[in-house]
Amino acid sequence: MNPSMRAVGWLLAFAIVVAGAVPWFLWGNSQLIGGLPLWLWWHIGWMIVATAVFAAFTRHGWDRYLGGIDA
Amino acid sequence: MPNPALLSGGGLSTAATSVELLVVVGYLLVALLVGLLAYRLTGTDAEDYYLASRSLGTLVLLFTTFATLLSAFTFFAGPNLAYAQGPEWILVMGTMDGILFAILWYLIGYKQWLIGQQHGYVTLPEMLGDRFGSTRLRGLVAGVSLFWLFPYVMLQQMGAGEALVGLTDGAVPYWGGAALITVFMILYVGLAGMRGVAWTDTIQGLFMLGVIWIAVAWVLSAIGGPAVAAAGLEANNPTFLALGSSFYTPQYIISTAVVIAFGVTMFPQINQRFFVAESAAVLKRSFTLWPVLVLLLFVPAFLLGTWAAGLGVSVPEGANVLPVLLGEYTPAWFAALVIAGAMAAMMSSSDSMLLSGSSYFTRDLYRPFVEPAVTADREAWLARGGVVAFATGTFLASLTRPGTLIQVGSTAFGGFAQLALPVMVALYWPKTTRLGMLAGIGGSQLLYLSHVFVPTVPIDVGGVTIALFARTYGGWDVALAGMALGAALTIGVSWVTTAGIDEAAERFVVSAD
Repeated sequence: MNPSMRAVGWLLAFAIVVAGAVPWFLWGNSQLIGGLPLWLWWHIGWMIVATAVFAAFTRHGWDRYLGGIDA
Repeated sequence: MPNPALLSGGGLSTAATSVELLVVVGYLLVALLVGLLAYRLTGTDAEDYYLASRSLGTLVLLFTTFATLLSAFTFFAGPNLAYAQGPEWILVMGTMDGILFAILWYLIGYKQWLIGQQHGYVTLPEMLGDRFGSTRLRGLVAGVSLFWLFPYVMLQQMGAGEALVGLTDGAVPYWGGAALITVFMILYVGLAGMRGVAWTDTIQGLFMLGVIWIAVAWVLSAIGGPAVAAAGLEANNPTFLALGSSFYTPQYIISTAVVIAFGVTMFPQINQRFFVAESAAVLKRSFTLWPVLVLLLFVPAFLLGTWAAGLGVSVPEGANVLPVLLGEYTPAWFAALVIAGAMAAMMSSSDSMLLSGSSYFTRDLYRPFVEPAVTADREAWLARGGVVAFATGTFLASLTRPGTLIQVGSTAFGGFAQLALPVMVALYWPKTTRLGMLAGIGGSQLLYLSHVFVPTVPIDVGGVTIALFARTYGGWDVALAGMALGAALTIGVSWVTTAGIDEAAERFVVSAD
């Protein structure tokens, strides 16, 4: 993958992580699962997804864009 | 089961109140001891006092940053809002803190860390002042930061005052709780530096994460599970469970999450932590763990507030919901322990604020503007004197109770958020000039300040009445407009001006550039 495609990929990944943290598509929904609203379960799951994306970024993107201390 | 002490008459209630006070004061004393131990390990130079010699590992860095967010805003304001308006606050804070702040942690925090490693900066104003060859800019950023720090420290004192009212059912007056935390804050910050604060932050962060989940388990087993709480909500507050409301509009959720996330990065105590990591690996690990940690704290804390509404818990005027709820469903000692833990965490957070604030005051205001040749000894005393004066001032102001915890907190976050975009422009655009920075920071602050302090004026525009100087326009926080103006002015003015010979853009160049 060329470097600019990769950068756009990360940008897109972060945009999706930000946009999906609030489940807009469940607006007005009050369905309960296990006593908690469905939209709260979505948010909980999404934060775990965000952690996975962040973990991948620290391995494959972090140093590429701002560099390391001894590079 | 309701707490018998709350229902019975004077004698028992007094006994319970003294148990509660004993637990709270005892816990605060233990926290103070830990700070003292850390102080004995602390060197005496500024780098160690403020930055613990840039040596914080993952666990300690993660928790000391996390604990700085463990404030009255999380423990008391958040549950209060969830109690009054519903649990969507979990989404606002989760998005803000778990995701937006984490991304800024990389964009602002890691970049500042790299620059700090090269040039040894201790504060944000110092870094900017050096890069732009401008003492005036340095002073402006420090002054603006201290100005907005004031209401945020005040918020901790308000939170503590209201918590003890709730915990002791009014036996301890509001001013008593506020005064108690003020005394501990001053004692503590005078005795320990960043290392002391960082260690107690870690212990208190872990402690609070533990007890808040125990509190959830206790309350749930007392009432018979989350389904019972949800049924109560459906009966008492049917709109709470549906996502969104007339209060939690999309505009409100987005504005609040964005403003607070950017504001948090410019808090002196958070921003200073961007300089203290031992290695890049520490910053990376903290970044990854952030969303999960945020989730573990906010979900239980704000659910407790929400459930209190469903259970029909009534909160006395001027008290916080969390202590009242715990007082009704858990034993007095446990309720007191949670509140003590929250207050100790707030004390530790306040100390981080005061400590960072005092470094802004001595290094970025007093030394450059008043006495450049100040001795280290005298500076250390000035820092401590400044802390006492500042904390006393916020205590007196907290007695006036100018708004709810959420209002005071949001106002402070909005003020800090104004700094974030000019700083980001400076970090990433080498053509940024000193005049651009002064215009961006000055202009956005003026816009925001006018909306905080000038009373609302209704004006008529083509038959439609618009409230000028209101805090929101069409549901959007005016802080967002200030941020946009700050960015536009920084870029626009930099564009049309030329950098002076003493401006050193290369200071912000890091290895990947």
